[in-house]
Amino acid sequence: MGWLDRLTGRDKSAHKAKDRLRLVLIHDRTDLAPGQLDALKDELIAVISRYIEIEPQAVEIQLSQDGREQYLVANIPLRPTRRARK
Amino acid sequence: MPGTVLTITSGKGGVGKTTATANIAAALAKLGQKVVCLDADIGLRNLDLVLGLENRIVYDLVDVVEGRCRLRQALIRDKRLPNLFLIPAAQTRDKTAVSPTDMVHLCNELKQEFDWILIDSPAGIERGFRNAIAPADQVVVVTNPEVSAVRDADRIIGLIEAEEKGPARLLLNRLNPQMVRNGDMLDADDVLELLAIDLLGVVPEDEAVVVSTNRGMPVALDEKSRAGQAFRNVARRLLGEDVPFMDWDSESGFLQRLGRLFGRGD
Ligand SMILES: Nc1ncnc2c1ncn2[C@@H]1O[C@H](COP(=O)(O)OP(=O)(O)O)[C@@H](O)[C@H]1O
Ligand SMILES: [Mg+2]
Repeated sequence: MGWLDRLTGRDKSAHKAKDRLRLVLIHDRTDLAPGQLDALKDELIAVISRYIEIEPQAVEIQLSQDGREQYLVANIPLRPTRRARK
Repeated sequence: MPGTVLTITSGKGGVGKTTATANIAAALAKLGQKVVCLDADIGLRNLDLVLGLENRIVYDLVDVVEGRCRLRQALIRDKRLPNLFLIPAAQTRDKTAVSPTDMVHLCNELKQEFDWILIDSPAGIERGFRNAIAPADQVVVVTNPEVSAVRDADRIIGLIEAEEKGPARLLLNRLNPQMVRNGDMLDADDVLELLAIDLLGVVPEDEAVVVSTNRGMPVALDEKSRAGQAFRNVARRLLGEDVPFMDWDSESGFLQRLGRLFGRGD
């Protein structure tokens, strides 16, 4: 913990509680265990790769929320097509 | 105009549902409303004790539902607050003795006579919860500023939405302003942001609650108690008054505000 974290209260137990709750509530609400999200990501990459070339390492899958609504947000960068350059 | 059924529930047990029911009821009665409390925690009767009416019980909720007495006979009038009544839970039965439909019928009858019907719900997500929620016009979820209580509150809020009884409102109980100031307890803002529901009230941790419960005298009737004040504010909000939330941490940490300035992310 750096001095800035101490100064801003980021190292306090209440802040830890809030961060931990934020994550656990997302998973409780969607009934999706953290490990399942990784499996979902791998399968999603496999399916999309059948149709289009993507950057597998750069794919980001996240659960996000707006009020009590949950969203699955995917960011899937496409690989520039080599064929076009030929 | 028929009365309003307000169900007080929680995910985790021991967060203050019975205390809240007794005190909101007493505060509403003090404001001239005609109020009946219904103890739906069958097998774990407690509301009678908190209200100090335990010696006056003859009939209970299950007696009414099973037709062993008339509704009027099961109503216990509080002598200190003539507008306040209680229907106690049965102590020797379990939650299956009453169905959600029974509760709806009973409350429809009570609505003709009372301004408010407050239901003290058992903890958890099973039959007792469904009994308590079935007749509700409004729902209050009680929680404490503590990780497992907040997590369980979120679960119950989801279930209330699924039963189409939402949106529930939050009563945050046992807040310790000193611990909040020290950064060692979640603040009301934190809990509201996490649960994403509206706030009905914040009740501080207060020794007067224990003392008044010992005596069987609702703390809402104690003019000096801060918890009592918070419950009286809740009652006024229920009547539609716009009562500002008590400012526990007026001398709140300068560093915390500085933290916000640095984008602590609240
Ligand atoms: N604001 C408060 N300050 C101090 N003690 C409290 C407060 N609210 C509740 N309590 C105590 O917490 C315990 C559990 O409260 P209770 O109302 O019985 O919870 P529940 O009905 O949710 O199980 C009781 O001993 C009660 O006196
Ligand atoms: Mg109780």
